[in-house]
Amino acid sequence: MNDWALRVQELGRIYGPGGAECVAGTGPEFGRSVSPTTGAVVGCWDIGFHVSPGEALGVIGESGSGKSTVMRCIAGDQQTSTGRITLRSVDDGATDLGSLTDSERRALRIDQLAVVYQDPSEGLDLHVSAGGNIADRLTAAGWRHFGNIRERAAELLARTEVPLDRMDDPVATFSGGMRQRVQLAKALANRPPVLLLDEPTTGLDASVAAGVLDLIRDLLEETGVAAVVVSHDFNVIETLTRRCLVMHHGRVVEEGLTDQLLEDPQDAYSQRLVGAARG
Amino acid sequence: MSSIATLVQADPRTSRVLDETSKREIRRATLTALAIPGYQVPFGSREMPVARGWGSGGLQITLAVVGPTNVVKVYDQGEDGGVNAANLRRLVRDSEGVATTTDAREADVIQTRHRVPEDALGEGQILVLQVPVPEPLRGVERDMNELRRMHAESDYARMWVSLYEDVVRNGVITRTTGYPCTVDDRYVIATTPIPRWDVPKLHQAPHIALFGAGREKRIYAIPPFTDVVPLTFDDIPFEVEEVAAPCRCGLVSPDGAADAYLVELPAQDGTSTWVCSDADWCARRRVDAGLLEAESLQEVEL
Repeated sequence: MNDWALRVQELGRIYGPGGAECVAGTGPEFGRSVSPTTGAVVGCWDIGFHVSPGEALGVIGESGSGKSTVMRCIAGDQQTSTGRITLRSVDDGATDLGSLTDSERRALRIDQLAVVYQDPSEGLDLHVSAGGNIADRLTAAGWRHFGNIRERAAELLARTEVPLDRMDDPVATFSGGMRQRVQLAKALANRPPVLLLDEPTTGLDASVAAGVLDLIRDLLEETGVAAVVVSHDFNVIETLTRRCLVMHHGRVVEEGLTDQLLEDPQDAYSQRLVGAARG
Repeated sequence: MSSIATLVQADPRTSRVLDETSKREIRRATLTALAIPGYQVPFGSREMPVARGWGSGGLQITLAVVGPTNVVKVYDQGEDGGVNAANLRRLVRDSEGVATTTDAREADVIQTRHRVPEDALGEGQILVLQVPVPEPLRGVERDMNELRRMHAESDYARMWVSLYEDVVRNGVITRTTGYPCTVDDRYVIATTPIPRWDVPKLHQAPHIALFGAGREKRIYAIPPFTDVVPLTFDDIPFEVEEVAAPCRCGLVSPDGAADAYLVELPAQDGTSTWVCSDADWCARRRVDAGLLEAESLQEVEL
């Protein structure tokens, strides 16, 4: 527990009226996320985990289970309703990210916390070149030497297997798989200690997805970054993570080592999920 | 036909184009702009007897800051005799009863479009620039709220990306007018509409520079002796426009130390002539060199 990069404690996010009182009557045992008293949607509740440097944690569940809500709360795209999110690299974990201003949260995204989105247009400016997208992150961190920016961008694109002769082409002209590779390169530009991946291969065809997954796995091992991988696809979780959480109706219903959880799921919902994935 | 002079005299409620309350508000906005160098201060831009985009912002600042004993110079693209400059000068003179000049050294307030005078300006002088597009980030972001956020957080990464893309595509930074600069190590401004040649003149300048955008309703300022640093990469130095050929007057040459901004006059046969952009400065130099009669300096109708 001493060696952690990201820690989430009792995280909760409620959409709509009401506070903690509207959580009653929601969750897997009630089969719903909508509060019967106020109509508020409990996006996630009582979520806790930590991720160590070099470790990848998977968060899996069906659509609406709350996994993306967890990720967006960590990324700062959404406010939390309750709980604490801390980064070891920020005040040695003393500061709850939820207490920071929007401006301070955005500043963390420069070099402390990076996100790879399912939709590349959320993480990239498609009208700007691949090198320019990486330059965006580098100049935000204070890089002002054109030659050094080019060199670093080329290094990252080479590592993410984007052909260097496409470095100066607008990302809009790239295929879906290549856009995800550029997103990865941009995310890793300033060597953030924590990386969040939201459905990184959804929407890609099987062969391209396999290539991107292999690349992500290698990069996670190489860089020692602490990663949270959110996906509804067991194949993604199995390839990238050693530990995972299963979410259902905004709650964690099971957690454990990924291979054990896939081999022998204990929770009824996890069993259904694994059974469906295994055909 | 009514002149401005007869129009303002005919109206018993005011003797000015701009009423005193408006002037006070514009002066307040101007003082705010001076207190926060480079910050774009919104102001209630008035309807002026010139079209938006024809210097209504600069005109409002000039009318607000000028006093009865001041001397005003108005010039456009370096030329005192241009139609727009002559009309604005006449309007300021008739409205405020001030004296006018073409000599930048004699003026207290210099309203200009496209140029900073070649004469070095001194303490106590005010340079008023007519600004068409005050927002330096407009090319990289359209959302006004996002623009405000970017300025507030000094988030200029996308501006740097646009410079990066420019160098990648063209080998150089191609921006000419409106070159983005950081003022007092804080806000990025558009030095619209002056050429790059004039940008270094704003750095640590002893005079005040006021930028007025009437259509966009913004005023921003550079106080005296303030850092104005063009955005450029450490390994790509900021460069001003090259002097491509000798000036027609023969006093400015690319071979020597070119000390004036030249503009090109293309001819029908495909050839070009280059002339000094600052017409009054050039004329005085030619008089000093014996190339022009001193009487010629009085040609511009004041």
